[in-house]
Amino acid sequence: MSQENILEVENLVMHFGGIKALNDVTFNIKRGSVSALIGPNGAGKTTVFNCLTGFYKATGGSILLNAGNKQTSVVKVLGEKFKGSDFINPAAFAERVKYKMFGGSHLVNRAGLARTFQNIRLFKEMSVIENLLVAQHMSVQRSMISGILNTASFKNSEEAALRKAFYWLEVVHLTEFANRLAGELSYGQQRRLEIARSMCTNPEIICLDEPAAGLNPSETEALASMIRVLRDEHNTTVLLIEHDMGMVMNISDYIVVLDHGEVIAKGGPDDIKSNPKVIAAYLGAEEGEEVSL
Amino acid sequence: MDIVLQQLVNGLTLGSVYGLIAIGYTMVYGIIGMINFAHGDVYMVSSYLTAIAIALLTFFGFESFPIIIFGTLIFTIIVTGAYGWVIERVAYRPLRNSSRLSILISAIGMSLILQNYVQISQGARQQGIPTLLSGAIRFEVGDGFVQITYMKLFILFAAFLGMGILTYIIQKTKLGRMCRATQQDRKMASILGINTDRIISSVFVIGAAMAALAGVLVTLDYGAFDFYVGFIIGIKAFTAAVLGGIGSLPGAMLGGLILGLSEALFAGLISSDYKDVFSFSLLVVILIFRPSGLLGKPEVEKV
Repeated sequence: MSQENILEVENLVMHFGGIKALNDVTFNIKRGSVSALIGPNGAGKTTVFNCLTGFYKATGGSILLNAGNKQTSVVKVLGEKFKGSDFINPAAFAERVKYKMFGGSHLVNRAGLARTFQNIRLFKEMSVIENLLVAQHMSVQRSMISGILNTASFKNSEEAALRKAFYWLEVVHLTEFANRLAGELSYGQQRRLEIARSMCTNPEIICLDEPAAGLNPSETEALASMIRVLRDEHNTTVLLIEHDMGMVMNISDYIVVLDHGEVIAKGGPDDIKSNPKVIAAYLGAEEGEEVSL
Repeated sequence: MDIVLQQLVNGLTLGSVYGLIAIGYTMVYGIIGMINFAHGDVYMVSSYLTAIAIALLTFFGFESFPIIIFGTLIFTIIVTGAYGWVIERVAYRPLRNSSRLSILISAIGMSLILQNYVQISQGARQQGIPTLLSGAIRFEVGDGFVQITYMKLFILFAAFLGMGILTYIIQKTKLGRMCRATQQDRKMASILGINTDRIISSVFVIGAAMAALAGVLVTLDYGAFDFYVGFIIGIKAFTAAVLGGIGSLPGAMLGGLILGLSEALFAGLISSDYKDVFSFSLLVVILIFRPSGLLGKPEVEKV
């Protein structure tokens, strides 16, 4: 376990029946970096994200998240199958039963990882501000009774949540839409709101799935500068999937290239640009051309 | 004239009871998309719990009406809520990711289990409790009169208070916000760190608590009940939920009131034998013109 890496993915395997969507994917993400996951269509990028966030339960391998001063194993909190050794070791057995009963993808977010989706998944029938408030439920005073009685501590925590929500609305330039329904916003606004909502959960790492899809060039530019703000001012590590190569090369410190469920290259933007395997994967190797490993 | 007014009062109380039970159907449907057929039997369990609570309280020497009624309400709501939680945990959660049909069968099974469990443990005969609150207000109207019993007033007051509190919880509190988020997109809610399993459990507990409130009120009013009492009122409340637009909370309350009022008016003015026919025909007519119910949102098929 190293504190330098916020995310350590090792030998991640994901099978859907007989299809191997991911095969031995290994990479590390450095704390405070902007990293990108790229690859041709169907390479398994979104599958990696789904495994990271607990949407899918990985078939094999390990995902370790070093956030919030502790290490979380994403595979473990989803509730693993029992192993033979558990029946000898009561502590391990109890832990596994605990996660089987109470585990789930919500624990991944609580450990400090947030994500957005390729297709927008806002709560469309709630107002913009409510979308941001619902993401902060961990920090708002818990009890329903205090909510009904409207106690002082409840009011204070609600006010703090509202302040934070409005702060993020300002960052994504949506303050004037606070009381509109999220479903009424335009496409670009919804994308920005989704990022703001993810940031309201206080993540240490945020995974953006094609944040620039469907945005025009100037909106993409604004998005790139927003991602830099996330990293520089909020110490948030950003991991993104993106097809806009201009943007990827521009903002990423580190790039992981996937093809057919395997990592074919890792490194800085310049290494990747000149890597023959990456070029082959994107353009297709020409017949007779030697593509060295 | 006096009959119309009298039936309006009766219909309002009946409708508010339907509304309370319909809340359980509509919330559960909204959040996991299943019809909880055991809900009527949860209501039935709460009538038995009411009798038990009253017996216990009088056994320990409490005589005054307010103490008995509040003791009964608290006891019944807590224990029925626990029933709701256990039913979800045992019968529905293991099937959460299987097909809709299997969870429906599980609900029917749960309903039969509850009926038979109560029949065996409490006996098949009809049971009763003594009248706790008697007396009425009378208004002279023309040459007749309208009578509102204190119990009916109490039912109206308690039912609307319960609905008001619930609306406040859903609209204003954090739990309500989490419920609405889970209802709209369960997976996304869990990605945002909401423990959706717990939210679903609390929805079942809330639904059972509302059914318990209805159970206490109706049992105190009618005084008699048996193990089968949940079936017909459950069907009626389900009709109310569909009428108002299933999945919509104000829809359930409105649907309950409309069903109760129209049923009472029909029974009073035309024929009490055909009142069930009338209420189900009303459902058919409304569904023809508004297939998603009065306040339900039409599902837009995405192309």
